[in-house]
Order: sequence, then C-alpha cells, then structure tokens
Amino acid sequence: MTTLLTDMTISNLELAKLMGLSNLEYQHVCKNLERAPNHAELGIFAAMFSEHCSYKSSKPLFKRFPMTGKRVLQGPGENAGILDIGNGWAVAFKMESHNHPSFIEPYQGAATGVGGILRDIFTMGARPIASMNALCFGTLDFERTPAIVKGVVKGVGDYGNCVGVPTVAGQTLFHSCYNRNPLVNAFTMGILKTDEIYRGYAKGIGNIVVYVGAKTGRDGVHGATMSSKEFSTEKELERPTVQVGDPFTEKLLMEATLEAMRAGVIIGIQDMGAAGITSSSFEMAHRAKTGLEIDLDNIPTREAGMSAYELLLSESQERMLLVTTPENVASLKRIYEKWDLHAEEIGIVVLGNRVKMMKQGELVVDLPVELVTEPLMADRPSSAPLDLKQRWFLDRNRMLVASLGSKFQCLMEELNFSSPEKLVSQFDSMVGNRTVGQTFDDAAVLRIREIKDKEIRLAIKVDCNPRISWLWPREGGRRAVAECAINLAVRGAEPMGITDCLNFGSPENPEVMWQFSESIEGISEICDLLKIPVVSGNVSFYNETDGKPIYPTPMIGMVGIIEDSLPLPKSNFYSTQLEFALIGPPEGGLGGSLMASSWFKRECGQPEETNLALLERMLKFLPRLRKRKMAYSAHDISDGGLVCALLEMAFHSPFDCLGMDLNIPQGIDSDRFLFGETISRVIVAYDSVERGDIENTASQAGVMFTLLGQTDDTGLFKIKQGGTEVLSSQILELKSAWNQRWNNFFK
Amino acid sequence: MLKVGVITFPGSNCDDDAIDTLKNIGGFEVENLWHKDTPDLSSFSLIVLPGGFSYGDYLRCGAMAACSPIMEKVKTFASHGGFVIGICNGFQILCEAGLLPGALAKNLSLNFICRDVTLKITHDNTPWTCEIKSLEELTLPIAHGEGRFVIDEEGYQDLVKHQQIVMTYKNNPNGSLYDIAGICNKTKNVLGLMPHPERATELRTRDGLKIWSSLKTHLEKKV
Amino acid sequence: MKARVHIFYKDSVFDPQGNTVGESLSKMGFSKVKKVRIGRVIDLEMEYPSKEEAKRDVVKMCEKLLANPVIESFKYEILEC
Repeated sequence: MTTLLTDMTISNLELAKLMGLSNLEYQHVCKNLERAPNHAELGIFAAMFSEHCSYKSSKPLFKRFPMTGKRVLQGPGENAGILDIGNGWAVAFKMESHNHPSFIEPYQGAATGVGGILRDIFTMGARPIASMNALCFGTLDFERTPAIVKGVVKGVGDYGNCVGVPTVAGQTLFHSCYNRNPLVNAFTMGILKTDEIYRGYAKGIGNIVVYVGAKTGRDGVHGATMSSKEFSTEKELERPTVQVGDPFTEKLLMEATLEAMRAGVIIGIQDMGAAGITSSSFEMAHRAKTGLEIDLDNIPTREAGMSAYELLLSESQERMLLVTTPENVASLKRIYEKWDLHAEEIGIVVLGNRVKMMKQGELVVDLPVELVTEPLMADRPSSAPLDLKQRWFLDRNRMLVASLGSKFQCLMEELNFSSPEKLVSQFDSMVGNRTVGQTFDDAAVLRIREIKDKEIRLAIKVDCNPRISWLWPREGGRRAVAECAINLAVRGAEPMGITDCLNFGSPENPEVMWQFSESIEGISEICDLLKIPVVSGNVSFYNETDGKPIYPTPMIGMVGIIEDSLPLPKSNFYSTQLEFALIGPPEGGLGGSLMASSWFKRECGQPEETNLALLERMLKFLPRLRKRKMAYSAHDISDGGLVCALLEMAFHSPFDCLGMDLNIPQGIDSDRFLFGETISRVIVAYDSVERGDIENTASQAGVMFTLLGQTDDTGLFKIKQGGTEVLSSQILELKSAWNQRWNNFFK
Repeated sequence: MLKVGVITFPGSNCDDDAIDTLKNIGGFEVENLWHKDTPDLSSFSLIVLPGGFSYGDYLRCGAMAACSPIMEKVKTFASHGGFVIGICNGFQILCEAGLLPGALAKNLSLNFICRDVTLKITHDNTPWTCEIKSLEELTLPIAHGEGRFVIDEEGYQDLVKHQQIVMTYKNNPNGSLYDIAGICNKTKNVLGLMPHPERATELRTRDGLKIWSSLKTHLEKKV
Repeated sequence: MKARVHIFYKDSVFDPQGNTVGESLSKMGFSKVKKVRIGRVIDLEMEYPSKEEAKRDVVKMCEKLLANPVIESFKYEILEC
C-alpha cells in the first residue's frame, strides 16, 4: 500500500486534513480504494465522514435505545420514523437541529432548518400536519441575543406559515451557555397510509435517477463539515455561504411529490440535505445494494461554471433525488411541470456497488458505495467530571434565612418564566384546521380528519431540561422523556414513541462523551418503562465556543394518541369558584430547579431522581380522571415548581378578577413544596363537589392527593401557612410582567 | 346541491381547509379548481379564493396570482353577479385583481399575527351576513402578516356610502384603516375578508358557520 | 442632502423572490427576461457639511444596520438636493 503514497498524494493528504479527514481515515480510504482519491472524491469522503453525516461518535451508543414495538413501521435510519395509528393510517415524525447556521444567520438558518425537517417528512410519503420547535437562546447580557431571538422566531414562522404547516407547540429557554451557540431544533409530524410508505432506495437495475426541485447553486458548500466543527470567536468572520430558504418552492415540491406518490410513479426518494447530492445518491444506493451512474452535467444549476466538487457538496435547499422506472419518467415530469418545477434525468441505477459520476465526458467520481457510507467509527473516551459532587452542593441555609417574598420575587423576574405569546402569535397554529383547543400548552392536540369512522387525535410535546442534564445527565435524559409523557397524559394522550435531537459539545471532550452516553441511558430507562420506542433522531455535536460546551441538551419530541372522543381537559382556571389539589408528592426537589438557579445565579444541587413506579402510576391516573367525564383542569408542574404552574393556570384564565388561595400544608418544607421540581406532580382544578371522587380515583391509582386551595374573584394570589397569610400579590400585575419579558425581543 | 369551486393557486394552503369545511360541514358540493385552467364557471354558485401564500407572497401579496389565467373567468363570473369570496390571501388577490377596492399592507407591528379576534358585523343586509344581526360580534381566527387594509379617503367614503364595509375589528390587530376586516363590492356579490371563517366551524368557535349558512340561505332562496 | 441606498442579495446568494417573479414574467410571455433580482431602496434625508462625511456615515449605516453583511451587498449614491 505504501507505494500509493507518492509525492502527489502527500499534498493530497494535506488537503484531506484541511477538509477535516483524519490521518487514519485517509489511509483507510487509500487502502480500500487502492489509489488516492481525487479532489471531488476527497470532498465526498470529508462530508460523509464528518460527524454530522456519519454519526461516527454517536452511532455505537444508539444500540442502547429501545427501537422496536408493535406500532413501529419504520425505526431509525430513514428520513423519519413511522408509527401505526390504526385504521390504515400511520404517523411519521422526526426532529432535527439547525444550530450552527442559526448562529451565523438566524433568520435563514432557522428557516432552512424548518424546510429540511418538512422534506424529511414528506419524503416518506407523509403530509406534514404539525410542527414544533425547541429554541435555546443566550441571555440578555450577550449583545447579539435579541437579534438572534428575533431572527430565529421570524425564520421559523415565515417558513412554516408559508408552506402551511401549523406550528403548535414548543419550548423556549434562555441560558448563557447558549450565547454563542443557540439551539434551533425543529420537529415535524406527518400522516400517511400504512401501505404508502416511501423510502430512500435506489431500487431496480435500469431505473432512472431524477433530480427535482430548485436549481443547484454554490450555497452552503460544505455545510456538513461546518456543523462538525466548533466555533471560535475569531472564526466568526469566516462566514461560509449561507443557504437561503424558499418556502414557496418547498410548498410546490411538497404538493408535486405527494401527487407523484399518489400516482405511483416514484420507486425511491430522498431529500438532498446535508452533503446534498452526495449523501442522497450514496445512501440510496447503499440501502438498495445497487450502483449508480450519474451525469453531473444534467444537474440544473443556478450559477455557471460550477465544479464537480461544488455540485457534489452544494447544500442548495428544496431539492430531492428520486428513482423511477423508465416508463414513468414522462408522467413524473408532467406532475412536476404542473407545479412549475423541473425534473431532470441525471442518472441510472446499475448492477454492482459503485457510484460513478461523469462531468463533461470524464469520470470524476468512481467509488464503492460502502467505503463512503460505512465510515470508521470513532472510539471516543468518556469520563465523568471531577467536580460533580461540588455541583451537587446546594446552600440550603442561604435559602432558609431568606423571606418567602424575596424568593417569590426572584422567580417572578426570571426570563425563563415568561409568556410565549409574542412568539406563538407569529406562528400560524391553526392552518390545516386540525388543531384542537389551545396550543403551546402542556401538549398540542391535532385531529386526524382522514380517519372517518373513528375519532383519532394525536398529541405532541417537546421537552428538555438542560439545567438538570448538566448537573446529572442521566436524570436529565429521564426527565426529558418523563416530562413529555406526563404532558401528553395531562391532555389525555397515551405516549406512542419519541424522536430525539441530542445537542452536545465536542465528542472529542471525554466529559461531553460521558454526558452523551449517560443521557442516552436515562432516555432509554424511561422508554423501557413506558414501552415506547425511539424511532428517529439527530445528533448535533460541537456546540461549543472557545472550548466551552453548551449544557447537554437531549431534546425529546414525543407523539401520543387519543383514541376516544371525550372532551380534552382544560389547563387553566376556567372559573373563579374552583377547588384545586396537588396530585403526586407534596414536595419537589430543589436541586437543579429554576428557583435554585435564579437564587444562586448558577445551577446547583442534586436533582431528585425520577421515581419510575410513581411515574407509571401517574400515567395510569391521568386517563382515569378524564374517563369520569366531568369538567376539570389539569396542568403539569415543571420549571418554577408549584408557584409557576398555578400562576400559568391563572394567567390563562378568561377572568381578569381571578384570585387564588394557596394553603401550605402542615409540617412541610415550604421551599420544596412551592418551588421544588420533581416529575409526577400535577395540579388538578375542579368543582368542589367532585373532590371525593377525585380523591378516590387518586387513591385507587396509588398517587397522593393534597388539597391546595380555591380560586376566587379577588384578583389576588394569597399563600397561607397555618392560617396566616405569608404572601399576597396582584395576579394582573404578575401577568403583565410575565407578558412583557419578551418585549426585550419584540415590541 | 349548490356547487362551490375552490381555486388552488401555487402556494395556496387553506384550499384543503375550505374544501373540507364546505363539503363536510357546509353541505355544499365542492370542486377544486386549478389556477392555470379556464373552465366555464356558470354552473357554480360560489367561487372561493382561499388563504395561503400564493407565489410565496413575493413582490406583493396576491399580485402574481391575480394574473392567473383563471382570474379572467372569475372576473366575468363576478360581473354577472356570481358570488366570490376571498379569504386572507384570497382577499389580497381580489384587491390586486381590481375586484375589490383598496389594498392590504404589512401589519403595523411588522409581525405575522395568528390569534382569535372579535369582529363586529356592520351590515346584516348582505348575502354573506343575512343570518347575523347588525352589530353582532363574531369570534374568528386571523393568521396574516399583511392584513392592514388601506384605502384613500375618497375610496373610504365610497365604501361607507354603498354600505360595503361588512365587518370591523373590535380591537384592531393590524392597523387597518377604520378597523376594517372585510369588505364587499358595490353589488355585494364579492366579499374579501382577512379572518378565516373556514377555520371556525368545529374546533374553535363555530362563528364561521354563520357566514357560510347566511350565504347558503341566500343562494337557496334565489334558486 | 439625500442618499439613496440600494440593497441586494449578494450575487452568490439565492434570491427566491426574484426567481419567482422572473418565472412569472416568462410565463406571461416576457421571454426576453433572463434574470430578476429584487432588492430594497432606502432614501435617507440628511444634513452633512460635506459629501465625504455623508459618504463615510452612509457606509457605516449600511454595514451596521441597513444591510445584512452576511448575505447582502449595498450600493449608494449621494443625491444633492
């Protein structure tokens, strides 16, 4: 083999390194190829071996995930996961990150992120019916934060609104660890018939490879390798070409593609996402165990004189690669032309295992498929941080000596306790006419109007708690899944499956790898317990600036099902004469709570471990509550504990005069009661005559019932302890401050 | 059964919602029409220009859709007294096509706004509102970035004189002149409105039904 | 004194709006149109003692606010009133 490494290949090796290939990877390529790769081929290897495309650091750990189940029609490895929802229909869903592009150009970065996830869904044959997003931003002390927030929100909204897919739920949080690494995670769900699932297979020797959608330009050449490198402050000026999203073309592409699928003229299809035509062609050949011959000259281009390298690695948006039979080429073209889109024949499926690409009559790429699609896995060392025990120290005394009023005030000034209204109202949450009730609530609910003879509704929720994940990654993984499950159950849905978007620092940092594997363990523990699979996912590494990683952020998107036609519970105080109670443990953990972070200005304390048995009981209790068929409200307690959850219920009340009386039970730690955060604590509000029945239902399910207080029409939030009032605050004033915190970003 | 045509322009995204609502709740027969076609519309009782982002809202909202081949047919249909409703982007197309006066500009906040709004019905003497009392309040959702109705003073006086202002916002969300949310032409057979009556039939308020059933009653009387 | 600033997407950046308008024009029969780029024009009415100072500031304004240097380029002209 050494004979291959001539003088010429030494400079080739340098080029390879420049593109991001390791010495080992380069040797591996040369050895298997029995020659040195040329420039265009090097580009292919660099993109496909990048962390972003190859999952080389993360893949070995995914074996831990439960990925099977009776509903699973498609697990990880395709454009999206698919679950059976009965009656001949299925749901496809996935979540993906667009973090790095959103820091460089927030509007286009976020917009193209939404575009990418939408394509992943309709590529499977599903019509997208709802989107969610998880956004993590820096804090106000970082100058660019308001501009990033504004750009990202507008980008997400403009793209989704234009394509006509409602954005119905999300999570937004602020922390300084995201100052230079905002996270934009986009989730989309679509529905499809169980017998009309499309996959990325280049099947059938002699079949035609067709390029459809927007023309290719130089945008985003090497986007895949960019997202596999960490940012440094100096590099900020070194901006790669930004991809520009065109939601209008996306909408046409979606309609044309779904129409072509209905007409049965598509064999296999894949989105040209990261690494553009390179990844789509090699992956489609890999899955079908075929070879491809592609003529790069037939690729429609927007700019003249594009090299093979640029054509192969362009990440121009709104493009797809598909395979059809020679007989169907004409009908396929007719459908795309009806929608004013180009469909160009660019190649043919051949026997064998090589992808060959021609340009101006010359063979510019000739590579065995597996060498490209099966990169060397990276063996990343992993080790727990040494200061974990220090992180778990929480100075209780400093909290105990402070007055309740000062702690309450501290929480009320927290940016993370704010109304999402300013953001939510910029998203069309109703287009499609499927959205049931309120959005951006515990979970969003969509009706499936395609299923006529039975009422089927789907519920979705996205969640992650990076504070907990930083303090205790395994518990953070558990909580993200458990929190989603509780949120779905509160609205009456049964969890069916999850997708994940794992946002972490550099995998070359052993502590990050430890965070990563521990998070996967935590996620898997809860999925095992609930018997729900992980069906799709995405990893975003290298979220760090100047060597400082973000908090581990394993974002979870969960889909659940409601198979009855009972009304959904409310989540607000819908009357001024309700009684309310706490279901679950009266005290919650302060470790990693929003209260502790606000008070100590840093994350501290050991998070309380999720009680699996209790979670299981709670998930049995909540559906039973609904089957009683009496009106009630239910709301999950999460960030900010009981106090924030109660206030949210009050802020969403239709009555400006709404007040509430909260009694701290005897012999209880009031900080833990009011501000603690532990999974499986839910507030239920109801007409007082229902109390006995609800208490019974709780005791039968084995969950604790603690009477908390009543709503009234005084407009005051009063907290009482042993009959004495310890706090009284005007709810409307609190609400106005809660509403106005987003004014930092939007007028 | 009364036949309704719902036009799909490239970028329309409320066409399916309108078809679903009118067929399954409104009790109409519904046919989907394509913007490039030029069918004979005389057998239709109503033509719907749905919401969405025709041509991506590029250049000006509705500007390019207003040049579609089918719009010539819609103009003829309307000039013979045929009923046409433009919802949201459909309203923008009707203004661009000259079927309704005025224009729709960017919301004052410059942001897209999606929420339920309270509307006041100004006149109950139109085919679209005959089952609604004057000054009755309806709650309908809006979802638009460019819904601020603008018109010159003379045009406004004309609208008032001919009782063309069909509905106004109770709390103006977008800066529309005189709180205008929906207007009709002088002969009252063409209606344009920013709120979405097709979205308010089952899942939210049911106030959208009042508009559909008003028109249906009017059309059935005519037959 | 008046300045007129023209802002366009950089040549290397895709302009979906211009692209769509161009295709519509060609569908309407204007087949001689080869490319459409859509930009913004911003007029500034200003009081500066000299053209040079005005120019210097206009460039700063463009770089800091009026244009997005990541994707847009700008041109300006100083129009004497």
